[in-house]
Parts: sequence; C-alpha cells; structure tokens
Amino acid sequence: MYFPDWFIVHYSYMITIFLMVSSLYIIVMRSNMIKKLVGLNLFQTTIYLLYLSPSKITGGTVPIIMYDKPGAIYSNPLPQVLILTAIVVGVATLSVGLALVVRINEEFGTIEEDELFDGNV
Amino acid sequence: MKFDIIARVSVKMFLPFILLFGLYIQFHGDYGPGGGFQAGVIIASAIIIYALVFGLFPVHQIVPLRYLRLMMSAGVLIYLSTGILTMILGGNYLEYSVLAHDQIHGQEWGIFFVETGVLITVTGTMTGIFYAFVGRGR
Amino acid sequence: MIVSHLPVLQVVVPLLAALIVAVVRSGTVSWMVTFLVSSAMPFIAFALLFQLLSSGPFTYEIGGWVAPFGIEYRVDFFTCFMLIIVSFICVVAVPYARLSIASEVSPGNQPFFYSLYLLFITGLFGIIMTGDAFNAFVFMEISSLSSYGMIAMGRDRNALVAAYQYLIIGTIGASFYVIAVGLLYIMTGTLNLVDISERLRDVESMRPVLAAFVFLFVGLGVKFALFPLHLWLPNAYAYAPCFSAAILSGTATKVSGYLLVIFIFRVFGVSFEYVTAPVISVFFFLAVLGIIIASVAAVFQDNVKRVLAYSSVAQVGYMMLGIYLANLSGLTGAIVHFFNHALIKSALFLAVGSVFYRLGDVHLRNLSGIGKQMPLTMAAFVLASVSLIGLPGTAGFVSKWYLAQGALERGMWPLVILLVFSSVIAVIYMGRILEVAYFGEPSSSSVNVREAPASMLVPLWVLALSSIYFGFDTRFSVGMASKVAETLLMGSG
Repeated sequence: MYFPDWFIVHYSYMITIFLMVSSLYIIVMRSNMIKKLVGLNLFQTTIYLLYLSPSKITGGTVPIIMYDKPGAIYSNPLPQVLILTAIVVGVATLSVGLALVVRINEEFGTIEEDELFDGNV
Repeated sequence: MKFDIIARVSVKMFLPFILLFGLYIQFHGDYGPGGGFQAGVIIASAIIIYALVFGLFPVHQIVPLRYLRLMMSAGVLIYLSTGILTMILGGNYLEYSVLAHDQIHGQEWGIFFVETGVLITVTGTMTGIFYAFVGRGR
Repeated sequence: MIVSHLPVLQVVVPLLAALIVAVVRSGTVSWMVTFLVSSAMPFIAFALLFQLLSSGPFTYEIGGWVAPFGIEYRVDFFTCFMLIIVSFICVVAVPYARLSIASEVSPGNQPFFYSLYLLFITGLFGIIMTGDAFNAFVFMEISSLSSYGMIAMGRDRNALVAAYQYLIIGTIGASFYVIAVGLLYIMTGTLNLVDISERLRDVESMRPVLAAFVFLFVGLGVKFALFPLHLWLPNAYAYAPCFSAAILSGTATKVSGYLLVIFIFRVFGVSFEYVTAPVISVFFFLAVLGIIIASVAAVFQDNVKRVLAYSSVAQVGYMMLGIYLANLSGLTGAIVHFFNHALIKSALFLAVGSVFYRLGDVHLRNLSGIGKQMPLTMAAFVLASVSLIGLPGTAGFVSKWYLAQGALERGMWPLVILLVFSSVIAVIYMGRILEVAYFGEPSSSSVNVREAPASMLVPLWVLALSSIYFGFDTRFSVGMASKVAETLLMGSG
C-alpha cells in the first residue's frame, strides 16, 4: 500500500498518536500544575480513543439484540464497558490531582513548579 | 447569578425534568444504553446547577455534606451486599442468576440492585467533589 | 461453603471494612476495625494455601461467568506467596499504626487514612488475585489512588508535592499499562491472561505485540520503581507518614513486580524470547546502572528515609537482575527477594518511624546518640540493616546467594562482583546512620528522648527478627519461591 493510502486507512490511529504525543508534551513541558493535569486528562482520553475506534464496525449498530432483525451487525460492546470504567478512573485521578493542587496552593501560595523547586516559597 | 431572573426561573423549570431524565436513564439501563454512572452524573448535575444559580447555602440544606459521605459508602455497600447475598443463596460472588426463581429475572434483579448502588455512589461522589472544590476557602 | 468463596473474600472483606471506616468519626474505632480486618487477612491467605496444597491450582469465577467471558480469580503458588507477603506485612504493621498515625495525621483525617489504607490493600489483593488484564488495571488504580492520599497526609507540606508528582508519573505508568492491554486486546480479542497467552502464538510476529510489551514494561516499571523510572519514589517515601512509607515500600512495588513477572513469563513466555529479550536486556543494563547509582546516591542523603528510599531503588534492581537471568536460581532469587526485601525494608521504615515519633525529625544530624536513648528501636534497626547488607545468616544473604548462583550459571560472573560491590556500598550508607546513632554524643534535641512505646516496638521486632529468621530457616521462603520459579519457567517453556 502506498504511503498516503496507508495513512488514510489508519487515520484514527494517527489522530490517537498525535494527541497522545502532544499531551505527553504538555505534561513534560508545562510547569503549571493545573495545565499538567489537563495534559494528563488528555492523555487518558486518547486511550479511550485507542480502545473505541477499533471496536466500531462499519455499519454495525448498538449491541442490543434485535429479534426482528436477525443477522444484524453489532459493534463490540466490551471496549465501551472497559472505557466506561477507565473514564471513572480518570475522573477519580483528576479530582485527586486537583485536590492536591488546591492544597499545594494553600500551603505554598503557588502552583508553578519552577517557583516551587527554586525553593523561594 | 443571584439576581439573574432568567437563570433562576429556567433552572427551577428544568430541575424536575433533569431529575426525571436521570431516573429514565437509570431504569432504562436494563434494556438500552444507560445505567447508574450516567444517571448518577445527571442527577448530580441537577444539584450542581441548582448550587451554581442559587448559591451553596440552600443546597447544603437540602443535601448536607454528611449525607454525601453516607451516600458514597451506602452505594458501594449495596453493591457488596448484592454480592454477599448471591453467595448466601448458593451462587458465586455477584452470580445474579440465583436471586430469583429463574435466570433471566435473577439477572434483572441483580443488575437493578447494583445499578442502584452505582447511582447512589456516583451522585454522592460527584456532588461531593463539587462541594469540596467550591466550598474551599469560605 | 464459605471455603469455596475464600478467593473473593480476600478482596471483598477489606473493601467492606473501608466503607465502614469511611463513615466512622473516631480514629480509635477506625483503627480497631482496620486491625480486626487486617488480622483476618493472613488466615484467608493461609487457608487458600492449604486448599492449594490439597487440590492444586484453582479458579473462582466472578458472577458465575466462565473464564474467557467473565473475570476469574486464579489461585496458584505465586498468588498465595504474594498474598502471604502482603497480608503478613499488613497485619504486623497495623498495631504500629495507631500511635504513629495519631501523631502524624490530624484526628479528623484518621478515619480517612485508615479507609485509604484498607482500599490500598484491597487493590493489592485484587491485582494479585485477578486473572484478567483490565481488572488488574482497575485494582492498580484503586491501590495507587489511595496511596497518593496516604502520601499526601504526611506532616511535611512537601508531602503534597511528592504525592502530586507520584500522581502524574503513576498515572502515566498505569495509562501505559492500559495502552498495552488495549493493543493486546486488539490483537487477541480477549483480556483473560491465560487466553491472551494462548492466542498470542497466532500473532507472535506482529509489531503491535512488541509495542504492547514495551508499553507494558515501561508502565509497570514506573510502579515497580525500576531505575530510570524511579524518580517519584525518594520524595514519596521521604515525606509520607512513616507507616505509609513502610507499607508502600513493603508491598506496593512488590505487587507491581509480581504483575510484571506474570506478564513476562506467563503471558508472553519463552516463545516470545525475541520480543521480550531485547526489551528486558535494555532494562537489565539500566538496572545494573541503577544498582550502582542508587546505592551511591543513598550514601549522600541527609534524611534517613531518603537513604532507605534510594536503597529500595537499588534492591528493585536486584529483582530485575533475577528476572533478566530467567533461570531457576536467578528467578528464585528475585522472587524470594520480594519476600525478604518486604520484611527488611518495612522493619527499617518502622524503626525510622519510631525515632520520628519520639524525635519529630529523622535528619542525620539530629540523630546523634539516638542509639543510647532508644536502644531497643536501634537494635532492631541494626538487625534489619545487617539483613539489608546481606551478611551470611540473614534473609538478605539468601536472596543474594540465589541471584549470584543464577548469574554464575549463566556465566555472568561480573554480576557477582556487582552484588558484592553494592553490598559494600550498603555497608557504607547504613554504617553512616549507625555511626551517628551509636557513636555520636546525644545532641540537645535527642537528649530527652525516651524509648518508643511497646505497641510500636513489637511490630518492629517481629519484622526485624523474621528478617534474620528467614536467613536460617529458608524452607518456607525459598521453598515457595523455587516452586513458583519452576512453574513460571515450565509454563513458558
């Protein structure tokens, strides 16, 4: 397969990888703790994409058995269930992280990491 | 927001429908898309939008923080006791089939109990997170 | 009847207790519930072991769904061994927690702390038990999220920053693990570990499998604190409450290591040598570097808890050596080191915690003469550090002996030199602490310090003595570990 075709066929993976790498860049390069958490949440969201995009079958319907339509194509429900769990985990992580940032702001008066590690707070 | 008449009136109008929609999502979860997580978030959003428009104080009177703490635990407790009940009735942990006279009804009951637990916990947790961040520093 | 439900009870009982503790208001009551539940845990673990000995490995189907469709809990020797490690550390350390936590955590937060602790062990037991890759992720996040909370409750305000950094790095690690599981699921269409390993043989030459393994290794390596991925660990251990540090160092890293070993040997196995071997060798060289660098870094630390934290990184390097060697002696050494290091490091952290309880500070300069003021605490510290250094007749020696034997069988004698070299550095960094503690004059801050209370001394001594005892009587530890290593190597070969 020629490169542009290959690229188009796998476009969902390309989007996933692009978002994943850019979110990691946010986590590594930003010094603001809230922005880091935004990057972290984006990173987790790209994982949802990674799971969900292969589970969608072209022309498939919601995975609820329809007795009046035998032979209907269903999308795979399992990744959606897994990602529902992962979303809950992500929300929990985000709220724990934000709670920590709020406490850090109360104790140190700043949420910029470079100010924190300079040691002048 | 306190004096914004449109927001106040429309929130009051929408509130019962939001709650009703939450319950619809909850009980429709047996047959179609939906379930405790989504319903819990929708019901929590009703509480949160009320707090955003009318302030924290009236919401605290309707849903105090200590209720939320109980709700968070009670929901998971319902889930666990469903599991323990199925063990007492002779099945494995969370084997819903033993809950009723036949397998299909058993599954239905089991999912109903667990989703109720999920609803209570998610509502409690979501509102609790909102309270924790909004009530900070007052 | 209850016997058949034991595997799930191991996970459900602490979860139930965590809920009860979360609504209790008094710190003492919540401690009592925690203590009762924690003391039930080893009984369940040993009951599972006896069941295993009489009937062989068995599974428990959650919800009555048969294995590839539903989640199953698997009980085999490795599971039982890890369950016994975690439950033993927990039951011994909980009596210690009451006074230590009362002095470090505000009264209103104590029930939450115990609730987090119970959720933490729920997560660990879940990771150990489950035979489902995604379920393991959920339990990993339960244990990680509660450990962030347990670290953030430290008295020092830097604990918050340490917990935040651990949260960022730990979540990236867990996410990498999920990416790996997702790739494996895309390739095989199943999440059950046994099923994955069977179906992987059909797709072994595909690139996503290699990508999955790399993601898996890096993700679990973060939680395992493998050398270049260990950066969260020193701060987290240094600023956490001493009890949290003892529990985390004893159990959390070991359980991540367990999951890593399961994936390397049981899921991927020897038929994937050309997939796994290059990745493992990269991490092996990093582990060698890590043993040297972390040991040397430990020498230059000022805070005793940081010394112990850096030594933990070096010890994780030993376990990685055993995983790399992948022969019977080497793997036995790594697995027995899970057990021995859990005992030794928990004992050391508990001893440091007792000093912290009396002195309020564990910086080296304030510790001078503490050996005369707190003789029993420091004697236990000496026993545990002798075991950490690995003198013959101690538990630390046993694991190093098996590792050295494994290295020689593979003809890698420089590794033996490395082991001896790092032990010598361990003598230096532990000796620095002991020198200050025993030969320094009591300073103004430590002169009025008394011996730690009995409820703290007993757990400390139990752990310190067992870290010596398992150097003489290796029937249980090495017996179990070699059996585990045998089945792991056989199952993959």
